[in-house]
Amino acid sequence: MRLLTHNMLQCHVKKCTDPALNFPLQLQDIELEQVETEENEDLLLNLINKVDYNALTTTAAQLGLVGLPNAIPKDPQADPAFMTRLHEVLLETNITQGKMACRGCGHVYTIKDGIPNMLLAEHEI
Amino acid sequence: MACGAVHFPNSLAEMALRALELLCLPEDQSSLLLDIGCGSGLSGEVLEDEGHTWVGLDISPSMLDVALEREVEGDLMLHDIGQGMAFRPGVFDGAISISVLQWLCNADSKVQVPKARLTRFFSTLYSALARGSRAVFQMYPENDNQLDLIMTCATRCGFTGGLVIDYPNSKKAKKFYLCLFAGQAANGPRQELPQGLGVDDPQGAASGVKYSASDRRLQMMQQRSKGGKGKTRTPIKSKDWILRRKELAKLRGEKTASDSKFTGRKRRPQF
Ligand SMILES: C[S@@+](CC[C@H](N)C(=O)[O-])C[C@H]1O[C@@H](n2cnc3c(N)ncnc32)[C@H](O)[C@@H]1O
Ligand SMILES: [Zn+2]
Repeated sequence: MRLLTHNMLQCHVKKCTDPALNFPLQLQDIELEQVETEENEDLLLNLINKVDYNALTTTAAQLGLVGLPNAIPKDPQADPAFMTRLHEVLLETNITQGKMACRGCGHVYTIKDGIPNMLLAEHEI
Repeated sequence: MACGAVHFPNSLAEMALRALELLCLPEDQSSLLLDIGCGSGLSGEVLEDEGHTWVGLDISPSMLDVALEREVEGDLMLHDIGQGMAFRPGVFDGAISISVLQWLCNADSKVQVPKARLTRFFSTLYSALARGSRAVFQMYPENDNQLDLIMTCATRCGFTGGLVIDYPNSKKAKKFYLCLFAGQAANGPRQELPQGLGVDDPQGAASGVKYSASDRRLQMMQQRSKGGKGKTRTPIKSKDWILRRKELAKLRGEKTASDSKFTGRKRRPQF
């Protein structure tokens, strides 16, 4: 699972609706893998509008990934170094194993072979 | 005659391509898409071949394992869509789902259960989609009641849209695509339900079908499926077809590489 996808995920336990707590899910015991893919400016510009950039930089820092500025540059297109780093962090960094814990309700979603288990228990729906 | 060939879009990949076409994505946009019930990733591969990034959800670990082995590009998730989906608001540019939705309806015999699951599913889907985007479900409805139930739940969650039926007069080729619109973008075009294919033609034959001008792929597939005179037509094997598509993608890539690094591919359908 790419970091992009982690940035899109929030806890979906029915009663866990506080957006300040159900996102981002806290990464724990994480194993990462870097998978090279072709950089696509068009896609990145689209994703910049969707990504929660604060959550991304926080998560990146927790994982020891450096090189992302604190804020998105005003004209990202004119900043190839930023675009490349964003590409590497969002689309090339994959979580292969680990856990994602919700700060709201405590649910822990496990990630195995890159696939997060998002299934809920009966009492969580 | 050449145009007498009948094109029956039956493979999962072909239906995925049709669903993608029905999403009416903005031309040349590299989109972030959801594949609901992605299975082994055949439908997702169609999305990546068209230059999109995707996330696939499925309830079956063994299907996801197959997708993993096949090294699809999309991110995979173990998800029971009847429990709702775990995405932030507005992140996806569209969603497709091939041969999945009917499964949500037959949980137990009690109506309440499917209704609750459909409602949870559609409300979280509506939220996950960007305003003005679409979700297209190819499905096999069991009966009108089932369709009614699905439409009622979807409408209550804010969706508009309706059913597109391709080749309605052909037993073999008839396909249902539920096209749902997730609201209206602030300055976006008005959402309109696309036309079904082969609607006017009694045999659902290709003669009455308008393919979008840019869609050479469908025509090529058609040609491949054409048997000689008197020969029975063999269905296109989805695997062959995908290999073929990969070749095509490569060819396209080589051609466009000289133009610019990020030449957008044409993929907007014209109805
Ligand atoms: C006919 S397969 C489609 C596979 C894929 N869409 C493709 O075109 O290659 C249907 C898939 O729906 C999945 N499915 C059924 N019920 C589901 C649910 N409640 N949540 C998520 N996936 C489900 C099944 O596991 C199966 O992989
Ligand atoms: Zn939670």
